[in-house]
Amino acid sequence: MSVLVQMSGDPGGPMSTTRRVRAALGPMARENRPELEKRHPEIFAGSLRTRVATVAVIAGLIGLFVFALWRLDFSFARVGSGLGQLAHFITLMVPPSAGTTTRFWLFLDSLGETVAISLIGTLTAALLAFPFGFLAAKNVMTQRVLHFLTRRGLDTIRGVDTLIWALIWINVVGLGPFAGILAIMSSDFGAFGKLFSEAIEAVDRKPIEGVASTGGSRLAEIRFAILPQILPVIAGQVLYYFESNTRSATIIGIVGAGGIGMYLTEAIRTLEWQQVSLLVLMILVAVAIIDQISARIRFAVIGERRIET
Amino acid sequence: MPTTLPRLPDDRLRPLAEAYARSMRAARLKTFAGVAGLVVLVILAGWFAEVDLVKMVRRIGTVSDYVGRIFTFDNGDHVGRPVFVAPGEWMWGLSHWAKLILETLLIAYAGTVLGAIGGFVLSFMAARNLGRSPWLRGGVKRFLEFCRTVPELVFALIFVIAFGLGALPGVLALAIHTTGALGKQFAEVVENIDMKPVEGTTAAGGSWWQTVRFAAVPQVLPNFVSYTLLRFEINVRGASVMGFVGAGGIGQDLIEAIRKFYYADVSAILVLIILTVMVIDLLTERLRHRFTDTESRA
Repeated sequence: MSVLVQMSGDPGGPMSTTRRVRAALGPMARENRPELEKRHPEIFAGSLRTRVATVAVIAGLIGLFVFALWRLDFSFARVGSGLGQLAHFITLMVPPSAGTTTRFWLFLDSLGETVAISLIGTLTAALLAFPFGFLAAKNVMTQRVLHFLTRRGLDTIRGVDTLIWALIWINVVGLGPFAGILAIMSSDFGAFGKLFSEAIEAVDRKPIEGVASTGGSRLAEIRFAILPQILPVIAGQVLYYFESNTRSATIIGIVGAGGIGMYLTEAIRTLEWQQVSLLVLMILVAVAIIDQISARIRFAVIGERRIET
Repeated sequence: MPTTLPRLPDDRLRPLAEAYARSMRAARLKTFAGVAGLVVLVILAGWFAEVDLVKMVRRIGTVSDYVGRIFTFDNGDHVGRPVFVAPGEWMWGLSHWAKLILETLLIAYAGTVLGAIGGFVLSFMAARNLGRSPWLRGGVKRFLEFCRTVPELVFALIFVIAFGLGALPGVLALAIHTTGALGKQFAEVVENIDMKPVEGTTAAGGSWWQTVRFAAVPQVLPNFVSYTLLRFEINVRGASVMGFVGAGGIGQDLIEAIRKFYYADVSAILVLIILTVMVIDLLTERLRHRFTDTESRA
């Protein structure tokens, strides 16, 4: 049967094979079922406990959801009228336009600022988090108390949203993109510390033993056994965060920390819908370009490592 | 047991060392070029983003100043003393803030549930092995991309104007962002399922529904649940700042306290948010591990 499928070059090959197998075996299996059920009743009965537990969990989730909607004053009338408004806004959004050419250049300039904020913020965070990743890794940091404190410290920093960090840093360096950089650096520092430590904890022990067996010091172990294993992982994570930070860097302008967010907030608040759609479009394009570039770099880095090892 | 490594004679070692140096030189050059390029980019970006290290160094003291100030009472009976001497007064608004934190959690929960449902439905359309027409698949993929690239606060800003102030725009904004993020991750999971159980169930005479239930769902469920729980964690953080634009939750009180310089309140609310996020992180992590464990045992 399968030979026939391959010869005819049917594009839906596997699917039709499955269908044919089912057509052949399904009815036979169904015929045998009553007998099988009689012979092995315990398998067909299933477990009452898991069934009850499943139903209870689902009921609990739905109950909590309904409670949330009730508590948050969800009403279908409001949703309906809001959707109507939203549709109206969308019609006002086309065509996207900046109004004047000068304003378009202003937008482009602030988009560049956003990308710059994200680049520097991510890189500084990675550099700062690098040593802390080792401190927070269980297999490098054998001192339990220090390890625990580093982990909790990183968690605390991570628990504060980028926007809150931006508000705090504005108090220190004033309004502007520099506060944005520091905000992204702070929140990513926590995230990177955790991710790096996880990468370090997942390394293969054997290269470390190899370096130790040739008389390498602790530092040589880190440099020649741990580092080559974690660098591609870290590079991938940094690139991914650069991309996602370009997204979050677009919003820190809302609190005055630089970048395109300031114009976006202003355009939304003053109901300049054509500008809003243009700004959103610009962000989408910028993120797509960065996505492409970072994918290429990621493959280059990983490929290089593969050849070396 | 002491061991000695035999050392190669110098005349045999030299060509080997030279070959090693040669092969390393090319790799080093490449790395240096990469680093140099990066440094140039960073300097350019720094110039663009008005990085002022002098100002930063000069004012770095204000960070500890600020931290010190938010942990000090600025009025009341304990003016000028650290907040920890009178926790009752520091947390004077605890019942009010607790309610707002509950609201924040509910916003995150409702947004995650709605987004997970949306992502679940769309992921099957976006998956390569199940999506029917390539046009629909491409369209769904672009839509998911749009949902996840536009930050949730931008959606919230627009929704606040359309739906009015309150938690509703916050929930919807989170739901849209979650749909985009989970839709992509779910689609990847669906694309990676093993087709053999599907064939097995169909060969045993299972209906389409039974095939999905016993062959597809057990494969994707642990990953779906794990991704959804992770997203809930992220959404709790996102919901904590929704109030900045008037979309409900604790953020409203936080930004008011920061803007009006109620220093002690800033630290109180921040501490509450951090504690909440930590507890949620711990709980979801435990839940995630338990879920993946039971599934792998079954």
